[in-house]
Amino acid sequence: MSGANDPYDPKQVAALSPEALDAAVTAAVEAFAGAADLAELAAVRPAHLGDRAPVLLARRELGALPPAARSDAGKRVNAARVAVTDAYAERLAVLEAERDERVLAEERVDVTLPWDRAPRGARHPLTTLTDRIADVFVGMGYEVADGPELEAEWLNFDALNTGPDHPARSLADTFFVAPEDSGLVLRTHTSPVQARTMLERTPPIYVVAPGRVYRTDELDATHTPVFHQVEGLAVDKGLTMAHLRGTLDHLARSLFGADAQTRWRPHFFPFTEPSAEFDVWFPEHRDGPQWVEWGGCGMVNPRVLTACGIDPEVYTGFAFGMGIERALQFRSGVGDMHDIVEGDVRFTTAFGVEQ
Amino acid sequence: MKVPVSWLSEMVDLPAGITVEELDAAFIRLGLEVDDVVRPPVTTGPLVVGRVLEIEELTGFKKPIRYCQVDVGEDAPRGIVCGARNFAVGDLVVAALPGAVLPGDFAIAARTTYDHVSDGMICSVRELGIGEDHAGILVLGQDGFTPGTSAAGVLGLDDVVFDLEVTPDRGYAMSLRGIARDLAAALAVDWRDPAALTPPAWSGEPAWQVTVADPERCDRFSMVALEGLDPAAPSPWAIRRRLAQSGVRSISLAVDVTNFVMLELGQPMHAFDRDRLTGPVEVRLARAGERLTTLDGVARTLTEDDLLIADGSGPIGLAGVMGGESTEIGDGTTNVLLEAAHWAPTGISRGVRRHKLPSEAAKRFERGTDPEVTVVALARAAALLAEHGGARVVGAPVDLDVRGPRPVIALDAALPGRIAGVDYPVSQVVDVLRAVGATVDADGERLQVTPPSWRGDLTDPADLVEEVVRSVGLDEIPSVLPSAPPGRGLTERQRRRRSIGRALAEAGYVEAPSYPFLGTTVLDHLGIPADDERRTLITLRNPLSEEAPALRTTLLPGLLGSLARNLARGQRDVALFEHGAVFPGGLTGTAPVPGVDARPDDATLAALLGAVPVQPWHVGVVLTGQREPRGWWGPGRPADWADAVQAARVVAEAAGVELTVRAGELAPWHPGRCAELLVGEQVVGHAGELHPRVCAVLELPARTCAMELDLDALPLGGVPVGPQISTFPPVHMDAALVVADDHPEALVRDALATGAGELLEGVRLFDVYTGSPVPAGSRSLAYAFTFRAADRTLTTEEARAAFEAAVAAAASATGATLRV
Repeated sequence: MSGANDPYDPKQVAALSPEALDAAVTAAVEAFAGAADLAELAAVRPAHLGDRAPVLLARRELGALPPAARSDAGKRVNAARVAVTDAYAERLAVLEAERDERVLAEERVDVTLPWDRAPRGARHPLTTLTDRIADVFVGMGYEVADGPELEAEWLNFDALNTGPDHPARSLADTFFVAPEDSGLVLRTHTSPVQARTMLERTPPIYVVAPGRVYRTDELDATHTPVFHQVEGLAVDKGLTMAHLRGTLDHLARSLFGADAQTRWRPHFFPFTEPSAEFDVWFPEHRDGPQWVEWGGCGMVNPRVLTACGIDPEVYTGFAFGMGIERALQFRSGVGDMHDIVEGDVRFTTAFGVEQ
Repeated sequence: MKVPVSWLSEMVDLPAGITVEELDAAFIRLGLEVDDVVRPPVTTGPLVVGRVLEIEELTGFKKPIRYCQVDVGEDAPRGIVCGARNFAVGDLVVAALPGAVLPGDFAIAARTTYDHVSDGMICSVRELGIGEDHAGILVLGQDGFTPGTSAAGVLGLDDVVFDLEVTPDRGYAMSLRGIARDLAAALAVDWRDPAALTPPAWSGEPAWQVTVADPERCDRFSMVALEGLDPAAPSPWAIRRRLAQSGVRSISLAVDVTNFVMLELGQPMHAFDRDRLTGPVEVRLARAGERLTTLDGVARTLTEDDLLIADGSGPIGLAGVMGGESTEIGDGTTNVLLEAAHWAPTGISRGVRRHKLPSEAAKRFERGTDPEVTVVALARAAALLAEHGGARVVGAPVDLDVRGPRPVIALDAALPGRIAGVDYPVSQVVDVLRAVGATVDADGERLQVTPPSWRGDLTDPADLVEEVVRSVGLDEIPSVLPSAPPGRGLTERQRRRRSIGRALAEAGYVEAPSYPFLGTTVLDHLGIPADDERRTLITLRNPLSEEAPALRTTLLPGLLGSLARNLARGQRDVALFEHGAVFPGGLTGTAPVPGVDARPDDATLAALLGAVPVQPWHVGVVLTGQREPRGWWGPGRPADWADAVQAARVVAEAAGVELTVRAGELAPWHPGRCAELLVGEQVVGHAGELHPRVCAVLELPARTCAMELDLDALPLGGVPVGPQISTFPPVHMDAALVVADDHPEALVRDALATGAGELLEGVRLFDVYTGSPVPAGSRSLAYAFTFRAADRTLTTEEARAAFEAAVAAAASATGATLRV
């Protein structure tokens, strides 16, 4: 290695000549260009960019030049080094791109393969439809009220103006609990929740009570002894049948589309007076737009208010109820009740987790 | 209630050209639900009235056969072969001539039979498709029709019958009279009340001695005696046709007439054979143990609540429900006692239920009849029996009438409007109530309303409101959405039930709600021991099936039933869940039945609510087959006990509750593969693999797994607290510990976590290894630790110290040794 104060030796600094530098650059560029892949490029790199490569050796000789010549030669050496480095980088980029293209192509997969690895679960459509109906009412400010399925006979019947000799209390409809004087039944409707609510709360009352109810029907395509209802109750000052209709129309639109509406037919229920059955206009019915029987409604019978400790001179109330199974049958085109009650996973899975 | 339009049109001036559809709509507006519209069966071709001129008895065949000459209005009579024998020369019959096609595609042609050419057929009621009677051919009587006229009108083949469902409050609509009145009002047309007839001025001594011992349940009892009835006189076709259309069987003239009048006027009646009665008639309650054989041939033991009609011999009829056999009208009856009464509805209902005897009469009395028409009905029936059977009324009728004045209802004329949300003028309210038949005294807006005798259901102002709203029309009511006060949304419990359902569904379980009924057999199959609390059952008096008379105390029988059904239908990998009420613990008392005139007092209410058993909400899962299926990614993984335990953890997490798991032992689970699920110290459920014997008995795949827990036993989660998140780097370390098999892994993990102290962010078991070099009777448990400090970068020394403390704690708790 030449020291700063070494005497100038032109032979020693021959490597700094423009010709020598050009030759080194040319040799490097050719060598890099000739490398067919990244391995060959890596193999030829030390000869041109390693510690013993001509352009790096030339740089060490700069110190041997007189100060006047040093600046000029330094520029030349630097330019040569940059040229070699650039040539390398360029070739490296090209070869890497070639490699990437090849490897990624080799890693291609069939994205259409199925991934049914996680088992599919579902909530029962009766559950999700019930929730949906409850949500419509919660959105209107109602609260959801619960009550027991095994219920006091008094709450299921007497408190609802269904006297001891009413036909609905006969063995034909109601499941009675043994022994005969137990005073308990499986509730035949969600209406005892109305009575409980009125006994527990003071007006204004706006509640909706979904739940499971029981009647001694045999299971067939349209009946099941264990089924579900949603019942609504509002007790407030100045409530009218117009408010009842407005509420049912709103529910119909929420579940059956903006064009849905209700139609009423006079009917009889012991616990409401006046009473009506209502149909809903369902534009998307599987068999074309049509009226579908849906539920019962009416103004709470003043006798029921009295039995529950609410003054019928001050308050009026309306109540309504409908079957969830029935709603599910016509809303989703389910022809046979068996499918709803038998727990076949193929049926339930079709409805997913929410609806 | 079946209503022939032709009968209705005898009372109502139906608008010309009114269609079946318009009538249908009118009935629906009235609240008379149309169950069915029955159109008579279609008959084509020549069907005519014929008169039998000659009968030649053919002999030598297997049965007697008649060859008849029948005048069908043509130049010469036709010869027709007939197998029936219930007709005589001169009778008018219905003849189907060649070319006619009767219902059931029954084509009539001239054909040779029994060595004679039969040029048509004489028809029975059944062959004409208008009833079930096939005992003989249809005889129309001897006059009234001209041979050769088309029989269609005579038979009612151009008539339509509406089958209406009458609600229990409206007894008056169980008659043509009641329906005609309503329909006339709805169509705004005139009508004639068939009950508007004046009974003849019968005179003489009352025909029979009668006393009523229970005027509470019988406030009017009327009777008339007839004699000289021709027992062989047939019912005229006009009456039989109405009975057939109404679905009532024709029996004899006397019985047919009472049924006809019942359909027409709504007043059920009973005809006794006067010669079979002994002594005066008494209306009284039965004495316990008295017996009566009713007309249906059933011998019934009576109770002290049964109201009777009795004579010197004892009971002769169950009042308002069914007559007795001993005084029944027979083939030879010539003297008749006709009875028409008004019975209290509730007593009739009890009798019907007690004796399971829902007769046509009882159906009307239960709903309430018009007490005003008892004598009118007797007069109507007597006139028909005179006309068609030659009977004569003897003596004066009996009419014991102890009715009080009809109740008057005070009505604020504005009330209907206030309830309906419609502005009804006072005059409209008054008009409607008068059209219903009520008497209305109006003083401004204060109305005094006396409902008509046939409307026993109108007792309260609310009932009158309904009449107004219904009569003006429900379509008049506008749609107005009320504004409820702000609500609080779902309760925590309600929200939680939804969350766990969603969480299980997302974990791959399918919801399968089942009927909550079970029997002891399935509990035996599940190996549930005799003293288990799940055997304390609440049973039903009238279960659907004797095999499942009780309410479930566990969800497992229902879930396993659903599982079996899915497997039977070819599924192999099934995971189900159900959540719902169970009914454990039996009954705690009887629920009182207070009155309804006011809110029950607090003590009664508390007793009432307290007698209703607590019904906890359970959640359960069952699963079998592959939990993860095999696929292109590799082999599948069968469902096992750990999935069932994990399902419990999914539930707990959705409920925001920490669950502890330890080994348990409970039927129906495998004793070595049953996890007891706890919250704090309270056991809330179990999970694991089913006992192999249970799988075998229930024919379920081996290693079927299940979980059940009491959701109501989980405390409510409370408000979650956000954790402090450190942004300093973690230190990860692994350790393998050799632990004796009798130490549960959860214990090791707890000791590690406690020992590591607050620098531990998490510790996770990532491997369990048995076999050399781990000594037999021990396992190697491999854990991955993550340490991190909240406020600084942890040094290796600090992490090492915490790690060693963790291992030391595990060593002291379980004898674990670090594997190096």
